[in-house]
Amino acid sequence: MEKIFCKKCKKEVDSEEYIRNLKVCPYCNFHDYMSARERLQITVDEGSFKEYAGEINSVDSLNFYDVKAYKDRLNEAKIKSGLNEAIITGEARLAGNRVSIGVMDFNFMGGSMGSVVGERIKILADSSISNKAPLIIFAASGGARMQEGILSLMQMAKTVSCINRVNEAKIPYFCVITNPTTGGVSASFSTVADIIISEPGALFCFAGPRVVEQTIKKSVPEDFGLAGRNLKNGQIDMIINRQEVKPTLEKLLRLFA
Amino acid sequence: MEIEKLKSLPKNFLKETLQSVFKLEKLKRLKGFSGVHFNDAEKKLAENIEKYRSVEREAVKSWRVVELSRNENRPHTPDYIKGIFEDFVELSGDRNNMEDKSIITGFGKIAGRTVAIIGHNKGKDIKERVLYNFGSSMPQGYRKANRIMELADRFNFPVITLIDTPGAYPALEAEDSGQAGAIANSILKMFELKVPTIAVLIGEGGSGGALALAIGNYVMMLENATYSVISPEGCASILWRDPSVAKLAARALKLTSKDLLKMGVIDKIIYEPIGGAQNDPQRMIRIVKAFLLSTVKRYSSMTGTDFKAERAKKFEVMGSFNIINE
Repeated sequence: MEKIFCKKCKKEVDSEEYIRNLKVCPYCNFHDYMSARERLQITVDEGSFKEYAGEINSVDSLNFYDVKAYKDRLNEAKIKSGLNEAIITGEARLAGNRVSIGVMDFNFMGGSMGSVVGERIKILADSSISNKAPLIIFAASGGARMQEGILSLMQMAKTVSCINRVNEAKIPYFCVITNPTTGGVSASFSTVADIIISEPGALFCFAGPRVVEQTIKKSVPEDFGLAGRNLKNGQIDMIINRQEVKPTLEKLLRLFA
Repeated sequence: MEIEKLKSLPKNFLKETLQSVFKLEKLKRLKGFSGVHFNDAEKKLAENIEKYRSVEREAVKSWRVVELSRNENRPHTPDYIKGIFEDFVELSGDRNNMEDKSIITGFGKIAGRTVAIIGHNKGKDIKERVLYNFGSSMPQGYRKANRIMELADRFNFPVITLIDTPGAYPALEAEDSGQAGAIANSILKMFELKVPTIAVLIGEGGSGGALALAIGNYVMMLENATYSVISPEGCASILWRDPSVAKLAARALKLTSKDLLKMGVIDKIIYEPIGGAQNDPQRMIRIVKAFLLSTVKRYSSMTGTDFKAERAKKFEVMGSFNIINE
């Protein structure tokens, strides 16, 4: 039997138990990273997922190069995450309900939003409107993808515009915040959701704690930007344990049906 | 071509360049001393140096624009308001818990028409800058802007925004009052408006804090203004892990008005007086006034246009990607 250690409380956890518990520590309730595919698997009805827009791929339109070329970073991210971009989108059934669902993956360049994430969300929103299917997005992102420069900033505008059309079509949109969701993604399609659900302990803020500390030259409280503080400050609707996310979405889908 | 040029750039760009220069001089000295030929090696070093220099020249050019966009003596929002709009009345407060002075809002007249004016304000001297939080807004500032936009929409007044901010304020109290949501909802509000929106980037266009007010049916940008997803300093310290290469980041981000027009992110460059707006602020204000006048007039004559749908269409096509069928 393989043993692993919780990243937060450092206690030893049996790996099978960890997987059964959906990568949540049974001792301290630490919610570990979950890939987009794993997330889909535990959320939608088996075999019901049909991917949209998988053929839309990133292009290095700025010829961006820092210490590495953007193209090389993209290739590395593909290998690391097994995905071709930072979000998977498509339609599926959730407890029998038809939904449009998007799931971000932090392992693909920090879940950063570039043109492809924006276009996939647009196609997802369009499908949501034409199928009259509620929209669900699991967010996980460090923010806008700097390697695409201003075009990544424009994806914030683009995705919010799409959500605006979903709003006008009176289709409910639920966003599940997973750790971490910051920067350009927190300040665009995720915070304009009708209902914002957060996993316990998820960081959800605009400027990250380090940036804030550098600016105000003071240390920030330990719970800065975390789910508990966000709930207390009125920034999110609820904190839901991973095991309960699917049942909660089911309940909401029934309420908004 | 360009990417190849850059691929061979070492991480420590300046140091390596200096080393190449040093090595080349050493080779030349050796050559004179011993009469040996080093042509190939010399050529390679000289090529390297030229490669670095050309990137450096571009970086310096971009950086000059960054510095100009931040120049304290450029006209700021209050100067434009004073020089352009008649009967301006300033309005304050988010009607909840705060008045954020870093965003000025109000109504005034141009081309005979009442318009809403919303602009970031950095301030001219240190006293003003502290008062205006250096043009970095709190969520309450964006909520105040939202309130004014709603009013404008109800009374059918076009919305004019003047953008000049290093970025939204990254502070504990800003986060606690929902900075992310305030920006997102400001963007959303601008998409909801039935009236036309005109955005002018007058100085620094810093990230989400700038975008929050920049959803324009028509987006104009001053020649030496910048508009970027992140500051060059921030980009340098995240991607290069070295804030000292901000110039290189400025070049890589393509944040100048010329770059942005090429990418279709802005609609118009407003050229500045020679050397920059700071050299002749009054002239700059008159130029901006002329463009705003003609734009407001043009929109006033476009009755029956669905400005909301036009805005959605404009921003939803932005981006660049490939379609790969496997």
